[in-house]
Amino acid sequence: MKNRSGINRRTFLSLSTAIAAGTVAGTAGLTMFPSSRQAKAGILAPGMKATASFCEVCFWKCGIQAWTNSEGRLVQITGHPAHPLSNGRLCPRGTAGMGNLYDPDRIRQPMLREGDSWRAASWEEALDFIAERMGAIKKRFGAESLALISHGHGASFLKHMMKAYGAPVGSAPSFAQCRGARETAFKLTYGEPVGSPESTDLENSSYLVMLGYHLGENMHNTQVQEFAKAIERGVELVVVDPRFSVAAGKAKHWLPIKPGTDLALLLAWIRLLIDEGRYNRDFVAAHCIGLEELRQAVAPYTPEWAYTQTGIDPALIRSIGRRMAMHGSSALVHPGRKTNWYGDDTQRVRAVAILNALLGNWGTKGGFFRGSKLKIPKYPTPPYPPSNYTFIKHVVERFPLADQVPTQELVDHVLEHKQPPITGWLIYGTDLFNNFPNKEKTINALKKLDLVVVIETHPIELTGWADVVLPDTTYLERYDDLHAPSWKKPFVALRQPVVAPQFDSRPAWWIARELALRLGLEEYFPWKTIEEYLEARLQPLGLTLADMKQRGVHVGEAPPPYTDTPRFKTPSGKIELYSETLAAKGFDPVPVYHPPAEPPPGFMRLLVGRVPVHSFGRTTNNRMLAEITPENEVWLNTISAREFGVRHGQRVRLVNQDGVKSDPIKVKVTQRIRPDCVYMAHGFGRKTDKLKQANGQGTADNDLLTRIVEDPIMGGTSTNTNFVTLLKGRNGEVRHG
Amino acid sequence: MAKPIRYVMVIESDKCVGCAACVFACKQENGVPEGFTRDWIEQEVRGVFPQLTMENRSQRCQHCDHPPCVYNCPTGASHIGKGGVTLVDRDWCTGCKACIAACPYDARYLHPEGFVDKCTFCNHRVEVGLEPACVTVCPTNCLHFGDVNDPNSKVRHMVRTRKWRTQKGELGTKPQLYWVESQ
Repeated sequence: MKNRSGINRRTFLSLSTAIAAGTVAGTAGLTMFPSSRQAKAGILAPGMKATASFCEVCFWKCGIQAWTNSEGRLVQITGHPAHPLSNGRLCPRGTAGMGNLYDPDRIRQPMLREGDSWRAASWEEALDFIAERMGAIKKRFGAESLALISHGHGASFLKHMMKAYGAPVGSAPSFAQCRGARETAFKLTYGEPVGSPESTDLENSSYLVMLGYHLGENMHNTQVQEFAKAIERGVELVVVDPRFSVAAGKAKHWLPIKPGTDLALLLAWIRLLIDEGRYNRDFVAAHCIGLEELRQAVAPYTPEWAYTQTGIDPALIRSIGRRMAMHGSSALVHPGRKTNWYGDDTQRVRAVAILNALLGNWGTKGGFFRGSKLKIPKYPTPPYPPSNYTFIKHVVERFPLADQVPTQELVDHVLEHKQPPITGWLIYGTDLFNNFPNKEKTINALKKLDLVVVIETHPIELTGWADVVLPDTTYLERYDDLHAPSWKKPFVALRQPVVAPQFDSRPAWWIARELALRLGLEEYFPWKTIEEYLEARLQPLGLTLADMKQRGVHVGEAPPPYTDTPRFKTPSGKIELYSETLAAKGFDPVPVYHPPAEPPPGFMRLLVGRVPVHSFGRTTNNRMLAEITPENEVWLNTISAREFGVRHGQRVRLVNQDGVKSDPIKVKVTQRIRPDCVYMAHGFGRKTDKLKQANGQGTADNDLLTRIVEDPIMGGTSTNTNFVTLLKGRNGEVRHG
Repeated sequence: MAKPIRYVMVIESDKCVGCAACVFACKQENGVPEGFTRDWIEQEVRGVFPQLTMENRSQRCQHCDHPPCVYNCPTGASHIGKGGVTLVDRDWCTGCKACIAACPYDARYLHPEGFVDKCTFCNHRVEVGLEPACVTVCPTNCLHFGDVNDPNSKVRHMVRTRKWRTQKGELGTKPQLYWVESQ
């Protein structure tokens, strides 16, 4: 612990060196697909047994039935029929979840960095090492010098352990790199976030507007199910997207908007509804404040003006706006999910929130439903030690309305030696290089830390920068805390092990408890087993663990999730079309449009997204899923392709405005995108030979995202603010691969 | 006299998002080896930017009424089974690939273990009253399976009340995948 001088004490150390040295128990012969002659009859084969649980290939957490064969091997996963998020159906990723479980590339045992090499360690030894370091950090700098970076349901026990330890500092990329802007905007407007799973009543919408939200390529199961039902019921769909997404292919109107100008379109619709008196007058009079201020602020934003920004026909803007207003409270302008696009995202989503308020769809059928959840008391533990929580103070100095820590703040804090210092990161299930902006900065911060613990299922590149690597279980090998989110009907779901942990992996709840015991925090973990903990939490609901292990999910009763008398937790108690909170912090109280930066000549804007068979980097090494989509492609309009002289399927490199080059990537020449932008899916382009499937497959968009605009309101980091061109050789030819 | 059972699939391609859940469900249910599939996704895009249309199709064997694969099989391994479903008897199949050449829908593949394999409409599930695996997994509920000769079946109702089309019907194969609009 003599490293406050800024020396780099950490170097990259590929996790496999030690594994290759032969410290690993043999697991050769793991095959992904059983022979057809052995496994002909699927779930009906003799000896097949279903275990009810819930999925975590993504965060949607659908109910599953996991089928093990007579040898105890998980061979099939189907949707849980009674679970409200799956209704018996499942997306491709959940169906192929065992590809993550049986991945032969998984981390096999705890590993300790020892000088320039890795050494396999026992759990005892690894946990002793971490606990000793944690004790030392607490003694020397205070507990707040250790930060938890986490993602996923399994993190709950680690969060509990960290709070007991005295370190409430934590961060997750789900805030600044995903839905933080949306939640901040809805809190400012309605006093509460949209939440996850989203409280959008898609199924009953009669008029649905989606901006850059590519449902069907993002496979959030229940939303896709409801989307399909809406199509069946004849929803009028408007999709605003520079790309002809799958959703756009189902739309009545596809508006191929110029990237970065969505706010202009939204403001034009807001103006149209107010100007023509087509907003929901009763709803606005009863529940909104600031209509007059809004009317004045949006006065300049005519459809003709919006055309100059967006390129969308003003007559179409008018007719869609009027049609939307006609559908009123059963029309929905979807708030999206990953909303960190341009750095002005809170204001853009504010405009979405305001437009919905003018439609009066809060608490209505086809609008934003009011879900309910089961109240499950916490397992009683002593109060956490007092903490000043100084870290959030640093954050709100820069981002006044952030209520979670943007990940880049942790990095900057370390690099800028801010006080109190952060000297250690505990990283659970989070691939920093894939989701934090600016990999180089993240690596520099990692080099300065005294303690880096990575708890992971897979030897991702990040593990090479750790002091200790702990092999995590997948969701199919463990118990977890209960899942009881707000939904149309309240429910509680149980996760339970389907198979025994592979290799020497252990679940986070066990790791958290073992660390707590070593740190003298045993009073915070009074249960001896996780079963005991779950039994105690289920008991107030009148449920038993034995019963839940059979059923997997318990669905409660609730009245229909709609209300005529909504309540709002804003300062005014009303929907704030005009936000005093924003005005007081020096921000525009009503969104104001600023045109996006234009690409340099010969460059195109880089847009990012996803493919339906992957949960970003979490599944790119899943061999079953990779069979269908092994790599990403860069989408290039036919006209651009002709200008650059590239063919469909050719491999090229991209170079961004700062001269950063990408790995080779396949070109998809298509009519489905505007000529002024290109598109690629996120999560590919892994750079570690330990991930034998994913290594070198496709290109990491994150490498090219060097120009980041931070949302000044809450700290979101933009992903759509970079420009790329195809790399050309000296004689102007496009380089092949 | 009641007509014999005739299994068909009715597909609402306007609901399909092309996610390929059907492909993975099939591979698991039927133990389809790595590198092969019995069902697959076709995405057809037409037009020029920005006037475009798209159709996503979950494709599989058409279980034709006049199956060229069966007519061209020299050993009798390819045959029409119960409910009009086209099947391959693995013990009779020599892997000669005549059926693969004959199939206009490219619905068959040569299994590494030496026989030709294809969609069976999950006949092992249908026998016990379950629907095919692809039908039950689909998040958009765009696949519908049943007996088109059963007056009370959903598929019969769909085929009788909606405009439908089949693929390459001009070849005289009488394919039994019916493509309909959901509304």
